[in-house]
Amino acid sequence: MMPRFVLMLTMVLGCTNLCGQTAEVVKFERLETALKSKTSEVQIINFWATWCGPCVQELPFFQSLQDKHDGSLKITLVSLDFADKISAVNSFIREKKLSPEVIILDEPDYNSWIDRVDSRWTGAIPATLVINTATGNRKFVERPLKEGELEQLILDVKN
Amino acid sequence: MLIGITALFAGKASYYELGETVKNFTLKNVDGKMVSLSDYKDKAGVIVIFDCNTCPFSKAYNDRIISLNNHYASKGYPVVAINANNPEQSPGDSFSEMVSLAKGKNYNFPYLVDETQDVAKSFGATNTPHVFVLQNEAQNFKVVYIGTIDNNSRNASAATKKYVEDAVDALIANKSVPLSKTKAIGCGIKWKE
Repeated sequence: MMPRFVLMLTMVLGCTNLCGQTAEVVKFERLETALKSKTSEVQIINFWATWCGPCVQELPFFQSLQDKHDGSLKITLVSLDFADKISAVNSFIREKKLSPEVIILDEPDYNSWIDRVDSRWTGAIPATLVINTATGNRKFVERPLKEGELEQLILDVKN
Repeated sequence: MLIGITALFAGKASYYELGETVKNFTLKNVDGKMVSLSDYKDKAGVIVIFDCNTCPFSKAYNDRIISLNNHYASKGYPVVAINANNPEQSPGDSFSEMVSLAKGKNYNFPYLVDETQDVAKSFGATNTPHVFVLQNEAQNFKVVYIGTIDNNSRNASAATKKYVEDAVDALIANKSVPLSKTKAIGCGIKWKE
């Protein structure tokens, strides 16, 4: 009886870790909340899409940061896949075992919000924003990240 | 670091800004013939669109690009589409795939391959589709609009601002372009390493 219970518990817990995460389709206000949130010391917001090769290539950097971080930072992966592709995004999350929060930004009128993320952004992805929520210090990178760069950006905004 | 910054500024200055004159270029079309910007010297202007076969945004805008040409070619502003993606990184953008797309979609405008990517770089094109409306002023093609086609990438019928149409309509009416620059999220052009 007992071993069976343990097995089931393991399965349930395993599933929350590995297949519990799904993407939420949101409007810009939800992203703006993340941009302004002060609940973590550092906010990291990455814009990506499943169809964007260089974006997909750098996702492991965010996953490994998520795996070892101590709660002082919050990672949000903002998918620019079209909102009707949510099931494809969810399969992708499962396949890649992504645990940072994923939101799908359903705002096809890009010019209404791009500048509110960062006025330097031309609209290319991948793009990554690192914000020190206490000081407002921010770094914006509109290209693929190199290994170790994310950690450096975090140090940069902290100083 | 200093060198990096210099290079960045040098890069910034090397593409066309609004109001600047575009140099002539010659690229191969899907029918195998060469097409030059100067072939359009009798037109009022050209709607140059950096596009590709594979990007979800390009696919979403495909029919709208065809409509732009259907609507504006006869009014002096034909579409010229250019694919600059490196087919080694994006096999779906090979020349033969471009030929099939143009055939399948019955393109009645050129779909040119920018193999060296020099034309895309000279325009400062970054995404697909990325539009540059050119106005012919005494044989000089000047950039009068840079950006996206409209304000709803996913759904043409939900678009409430049609930037390219508004720009070209204004030019046809001898007015200035109401909004000459917009930003667009699209797939980045696949540059050669």
